[in-house]
Amino acid sequence: MKILVTVKRVTDYEAKLQIDSSGTGVKLDGVNMIANPFDEIAVEEALRLVEKHGGEVCVLSIGSGEATTQLRAAMAMGADRGILIKAADKLDGVSISKIITQIAQEEKPDILLMGKQSIDDDSQQIAQMVAERLGFGQATQANKVVIEGEWAMVVREADGGLETLSVKLPCVITSDLRLNEPRYASLPGIMKAKKKPLDERELASLGLDLKASLSILKLELPPKKQAGEILPDVATLVSKLREVEKVI
Amino acid sequence: MSAIHLIIAEHDGTHFKKSSLSALAAAQKIPGACHGLVLGKNIKSMADAFAKHVPQVHMAEHDGLEHRLAQPYAKVIADVAKSIGATHVWAAATAAGKDVMPRVAVRLDAGMASDIQAVIDDKTYKRPMWAGDITGTVQLHSPVQVITVRPTEFAPVETQVQGQVSAVKADPGVNNTRFIGFEAVKSERPELADATIVVSGGRGCKSPEGFKQLIEPLADQLRAAIGASRAVCDAGWVPNDWQVGQTGKVVAPKLYIAVGISGAIQHVAGMKGSKVIVAINKDPEAPIFQVADYGLVGDVFTIVPELVQRLKAL
Repeated sequence: MKILVTVKRVTDYEAKLQIDSSGTGVKLDGVNMIANPFDEIAVEEALRLVEKHGGEVCVLSIGSGEATTQLRAAMAMGADRGILIKAADKLDGVSISKIITQIAQEEKPDILLMGKQSIDDDSQQIAQMVAERLGFGQATQANKVVIEGEWAMVVREADGGLETLSVKLPCVITSDLRLNEPRYASLPGIMKAKKKPLDERELASLGLDLKASLSILKLELPPKKQAGEILPDVATLVSKLREVEKVI
Repeated sequence: MSAIHLIIAEHDGTHFKKSSLSALAAAQKIPGACHGLVLGKNIKSMADAFAKHVPQVHMAEHDGLEHRLAQPYAKVIADVAKSIGATHVWAAATAAGKDVMPRVAVRLDAGMASDIQAVIDDKTYKRPMWAGDITGTVQLHSPVQVITVRPTEFAPVETQVQGQVSAVKADPGVNNTRFIGFEAVKSERPELADATIVVSGGRGCKSPEGFKQLIEPLADQLRAAIGASRAVCDAGWVPNDWQVGQTGKVVAPKLYIAVGISGAIQHVAGMKGSKVIVAINKDPEAPIFQVADYGLVGDVFTIVPELVQRLKAL
């Protein structure tokens, strides 16, 4: 079984972010960068599936050369090799989905495993777009994956409960929070990762015609809410809610 | 050129969801003609109900659409969008909408704006990014656009019209996915996403029993939905479906009461749109107090029962 997993380099979820001078990006100086947490869960799931069924895990990232850090980290967890598509500019979701599709067509994985969303863009659209381009079935927001022959049985976190789907391989699966707990890389794992193959390619070498269908005009910090009032007792709270706010 | 909107009516097999009327509300911000689309099996009553709000409702009925599977649904939605020459295709940003709509965008060669919170003009939208820490203004450049709408940001359309329902020929095409089952989280309470009052519990409730003992009586008294922080969902105290946050449900009730919740960024992203926020926490430094309108500092096991008693006495 071959599993391709995407790993995006994102700002740390605890970072205090500021808008840069262009007004369309965030300042990255001094901001800690991490692998998108959902992608780490996807890497972990891929490793578990391959430990059970045999095969190979390949990790893919698109972005600056610095994303090799996140790819090496995934390889330290146990992924076999990495691919980095070097792209200087910020790309929109549709373009990213075209790049991933092209790599998937070259690599021909049985499963393309991706995080359900990246914690920076929060768009939650790329995996589904890739599935459609490839003509694959999909199971998004997975909280359990079991391989049964030519099918993947996936329990997914749907609205109002848990939905179970069976998806024919090859397919696209996206990880939700509770799919697993990613392992920590071991020291031997980290040493081994340094020697694992990492194929760095320029975006232009893919020969794709990428035209942005979405652009960011402006980023802004939402207005800061005034910190609230600390009340002395429960009685005061009840009267505020009833008489001032009229919500009870 | 005037817009042609196609709004997907999501449903549970019996009723279409109120969030679809929020998607309609967002669409109506852009002048144009509105079409609705209901997909499934035995859906006539829901199509009729949706036609009370949308002038023209298309009904795509097919055995292959009995279950809401992304691959066949996306094909039929895109087929209908093409047949009416839709310029904007809308759905609520529910788990279902997020699952299906990106595939629709590919089929229509469309750009997509996810989970929007405001419509600026016919191709420009505001949407939360970085867990709502940053608001992005985005513009789509494609002739056809796909947009999912954050339901809490648009009041559902209430205006009634006498719309027409027409059946369309649906061809679900290739489907590589089988529906096996659905295990609903059963609850007598209002749905979290629609509730006017939400009571949420966090790690400060100490244990699953503590959560039950504190949160349930308060929710009962207020006829509120129950939510939870990610930590207590992860710990298995309550169903995952109760999680409020960036990666869980986004809620915006009239009143949100956070009990024993510290207020991590990712939780706050899911509730900061609430009209009035009350935080009860023993730690005066807890970040939840930064977003709360009213705070009580102290032991939740003392404060919450007293609050229930005082509410009962009203």
